[in-house]
Amino acid sequence: MQLKKIKGQMAVATCALLQAASPAANAAEAEWDVDTSLLYYSEADGRVQAAEPAIHAGRDLGDDERIDFRVVFDALTGATPNGGYATSAAQTFTTPSGDSTYVTAAGDSPLDDTFRDARVSLGADWTMSLDRMSKVVWGASLSGEIDYISMGLTAAYSQDFNNRNTTLTASLGFNNDIINPYDGVPIEFSPMRVANTGINRDGDSETKTITDFMIGVTQVVNRKTLIQLNLSLSLVDGYQNDPYKIMTVVDDPVTGLPASSFLTADDLSYVYEKRPDSRQKNILFFKAVHHLEEDVINFSYRYYSDDWGIKSHTLDLKYRYELANSYLQPHVRYYTQDAADFYRHNLVLGTDIDTAGNALIDYASHDYRLAELDTVTLGLKYGIPMGDDSEFSVRGEVISQSVNDSGVPAGQETPDLDALMLQVNYSFLW
Amino acid sequence: MKRIATVILLMALAGCSSMGVEPWERDLLAKDSMQLVPDYFDNFYDEHIYFSKEASSGGQGVGGGGCGCN
Repeated sequence: MQLKKIKGQMAVATCALLQAASPAANAAEAEWDVDTSLLYYSEADGRVQAAEPAIHAGRDLGDDERIDFRVVFDALTGATPNGGYATSAAQTFTTPSGDSTYVTAAGDSPLDDTFRDARVSLGADWTMSLDRMSKVVWGASLSGEIDYISMGLTAAYSQDFNNRNTTLTASLGFNNDIINPYDGVPIEFSPMRVANTGINRDGDSETKTITDFMIGVTQVVNRKTLIQLNLSLSLVDGYQNDPYKIMTVVDDPVTGLPASSFLTADDLSYVYEKRPDSRQKNILFFKAVHHLEEDVINFSYRYYSDDWGIKSHTLDLKYRYELANSYLQPHVRYYTQDAADFYRHNLVLGTDIDTAGNALIDYASHDYRLAELDTVTLGLKYGIPMGDDSEFSVRGEVISQSVNDSGVPAGQETPDLDALMLQVNYSFLW
Repeated sequence: MKRIATVILLMALAGCSSMGVEPWERDLLAKDSMQLVPDYFDNFYDEHIYFSKEASSGGQGVGGGGCGCN
């Protein structure tokens, strides 16, 4: 009884304290929380290199309202796999513009090194309080790169229960994307042409819509543990091909060499890929954050499946190890996925595509990202406060990705991908 | 999927009512390091990189996508 009374008095005292603290909170509202960051991303073997500066600024507006803005720039260069694979002979490909060629030596994996891109991404969120226990976050995003434009709107409704220990969230997102491939949209399953003999294109642009639904629950378990569980459904409709990826047409799948003749003398034995124009994704995401004596563990697991036949598991673990006045944070991530149903190593002439160029299968892609693959990431971050309200941190990560090419003849396998990521962050109040 | 979602949510709500802390016990939960996403751009870059290198994406929120990633 006495305990209950003390508990009640504590609650009253806490509320009084919170109210008394509000003028100070109002003073803090005049400031922006700013996060700045620079990412350098580099893949081995001359593949993609990227530099991404970014800034995020958020500000409390009082009455539990808040605005957040984000700007990210992205500059990419380097070489990217074109969908072919290594063979025992040199291979000549035509660039997307159709007016020049690049040659891949025998035994090398074909990479298109004409790839360049720049991207600007803008985002804004407005958190609107409905009452003491519920809120809506409205979001808008816009990103543009040379061959891709994306516009998105989101709304997330959250309701607190159980003394604010349980939060239910229902979110809706809608994206409209416009794809403008360099020099037009390749005709699916049509051949890459010899340079300067015209290109197989149909129109300048395509579109895609993405509709996302998510419900989630966040629960305070005890003073040291917080958990989250989200279920998502994502529906993608429209153009989902990679317009720069081709597939090799072969006479003999064992040698894997491009077919000696295919259609006319101006047609190379490589055809543009084709993926379904709809995709449904289901995702289960669980996260737990746990405070030890001083350190903090942040763990998440994601199960993903879609109607392209891809299933994946993602495990992510960060351990924040507190030092005297700074922290070290090792990071481990493991990802594994199955291949898409239509992932193919090549197309066999007469079986998958006929000698008149008609496809005998519905879909095919040799984009390695749709293959059975694993990714392992190891990282380390060091963070140090710089005064009361600012922090500097630096993070380095090594990413190793390997494709499971079982069944693919020796010498034609997809090479592993090794990448390095370096990031510096500086956060402060302004 | 819908049925599983409903069952999980009901179980979560039922189980959750016995969990939690009092307002004055939120000292540790209020720390930056105890937030679900403690590092804004670490998470942002990770999502962006793996979106362009793997077939799966999403789970933490809605929206995103929007990139012709190579």
